[in-house]
Amino acid sequence: MAAVQDSAVAVGAGARGRPAAQGRFAAVWTNHGAGYMFLLPWLVGFFGLTLGPAVASLYLSFTSFDLIRSPEWVGTANYVRIATADPKFAASLKVTFLYVVLSVPFKLAFALFVAILLDRGVKGLTVYRAIFYLPSLLGGSVAIAVLWRQLFAGDGLINSLLAQFGIEGPSWISHPDYSIWTLVVLSVWQFGSPMIIFLAGLRQIPTDMYEAASLDGASKFRQFYKITLPLLTPVIFFNAVVQTIEAFKAFTPAFIISGGTGGPINSTLFYTLYLYQEAFGNFRMGYASALAWILVLIIGLFTAFSFLTSRYWVHYDD
Amino acid sequence: MTDATMSSITAPPPPPAGRRSPLGSVLIHAGLIAASIAMLYPLLWMVSASIRPEDEIFSSATLWPSSVDFASYVRGWFGLDVSFGRFTWNSVVIAVLTVVGNVVACSLAAYAFARLRFAGRNFWFAMMLGTMMIPYHVTLIPQYVLFLDLGWVNTILPLVVPKFLASDAFFIFLMVQFFRGIPRELDEAAMMDGCGPWRIYWKIMLPLSLPVLATAAIFSFIWTWDDFFGPLIYLNDMNTYTIQLGLRTFVDSSSTSDWGGLFAMSTLSLVPVFFFFLFFQRLLIEGIATTGMKR
Repeated sequence: MAAVQDSAVAVGAGARGRPAAQGRFAAVWTNHGAGYMFLLPWLVGFFGLTLGPAVASLYLSFTSFDLIRSPEWVGTANYVRIATADPKFAASLKVTFLYVVLSVPFKLAFALFVAILLDRGVKGLTVYRAIFYLPSLLGGSVAIAVLWRQLFAGDGLINSLLAQFGIEGPSWISHPDYSIWTLVVLSVWQFGSPMIIFLAGLRQIPTDMYEAASLDGASKFRQFYKITLPLLTPVIFFNAVVQTIEAFKAFTPAFIISGGTGGPINSTLFYTLYLYQEAFGNFRMGYASALAWILVLIIGLFTAFSFLTSRYWVHYDD
Repeated sequence: MTDATMSSITAPPPPPAGRRSPLGSVLIHAGLIAASIAMLYPLLWMVSASIRPEDEIFSSATLWPSSVDFASYVRGWFGLDVSFGRFTWNSVVIAVLTVVGNVVACSLAAYAFARLRFAGRNFWFAMMLGTMMIPYHVTLIPQYVLFLDLGWVNTILPLVVPKFLASDAFFIFLMVQFFRGIPRELDEAAMMDGCGPWRIYWKIMLPLSLPVLATAAIFSFIWTWDDFFGPLIYLNDMNTYTIQLGLRTFVDSSSTSDWGGLFAMSTLSLVPVFFFFLFFQRLLIEGIATTGMKR
């Protein structure tokens, strides 16, 4: 997010801050026709696939629409029903929040912990980094969700390992108290990509700060709290925002592990899964559009809240 | 997430901060090795289960099969009414077309944003960044209605055509960042020799941008290969299924009866991604370190 904002500023500066030095070329660079020719595919996509559909979706969210008859205006009825009379919406929201709150902190803590271990000049860094990154790369596929479904089944691998210690495990995926945890474990298993971003951030911290702190007799523990952690807060913030948004949008693992139902007893009914069921299972397109806009609202509010609070804990150099 | 990050992630590691005792070093390696094994164990177990005789899959949690048997692959390949050969081919077609679409359309837009001047450029750039933030769920249903009206459902068109319209704004952003790092003097020299913007794009920008084009191509391929939601919505006829949809159908139809076949096909579906991991790891890791991609 931070990178995105910086570059938006950079474009502004690049466009306005040059004319004197490159006046000779300005006429050639400033070629409105060529600019729009290069941009044409994107512009068609922007209007036809993003802006147009977004506006249409907002309209549909105030209608009842089943794909067969034309949309029928129902005012705010969809939103009212979502807010007051839809237990599945409430359940899906609860499951999604639970998933976000459980998976993101564990995943980031793991990523940070391993990144710090690896950063201190461990031999074989590239090998460890590759091994820890592999699950991130593979984890989004159906194959891994299928594997997870087996690992945590009643007669799955986890339980046969536990049995060797004389523990009889439950059927994790079909028990409403545990099913969400199998998804959390799957998410934490993919800590590799935030770890790589943490590693890049740790490299930016000048080593002479640690040397100075050592000379002053600061313990490793104190160095971590006074140097590493504060200087890393921008990266922690970035990772937290990105991973949280991703967690809100998670779909495939819950779909595969629950066979598309979100069960048992809605315990894996992710918000996106509920939206999918309403749209493409029940063909309530208007209602699902309203659900989509509420998701946008939730993600938007969360992001705004993160940026507002960030000034109290994120440390920037200048 | 700056250019400095890109070079530093692959540079040799800095000297260790303070000296560590040999014992501490051994402990750290022991911990890291244990963690590596725990991370890889499920994957290795799946691969080993796919080459075991079927009656042995659940009787043992060890990784080494007593004998190697590829029967699961044969059973899995023909396990559904349509073979996995067909699913794999469909996936390859969609992924390759997506790669071409993303590289062509996104680099055109990125060149306009990074190098050309035209009225409204900053406005459109801001719009482009805005589309990166919007969850796709908002455009999902009207897009579906549109493609349904066009008669495109059950074809690969809804999955591929948007890529030729630069719908993955993320890659535009990635390329803009890279294009800005290419010295302007090169364009200017070419311009003095009478090159127009098209030739500069084709003869200078693209050849100098191979690393970022490769990164975009590889991530496009992997994300498309793994994509489940798009095919789930648009492809309903089994002949058009991708390998991910094939796996999903397989797990729902035979979840308890043929784990061997299922693991064999799952393993197979991971091979292309694993190939990119083996041979292009540096590009992948730099891509993540510099842009903060989600995976």
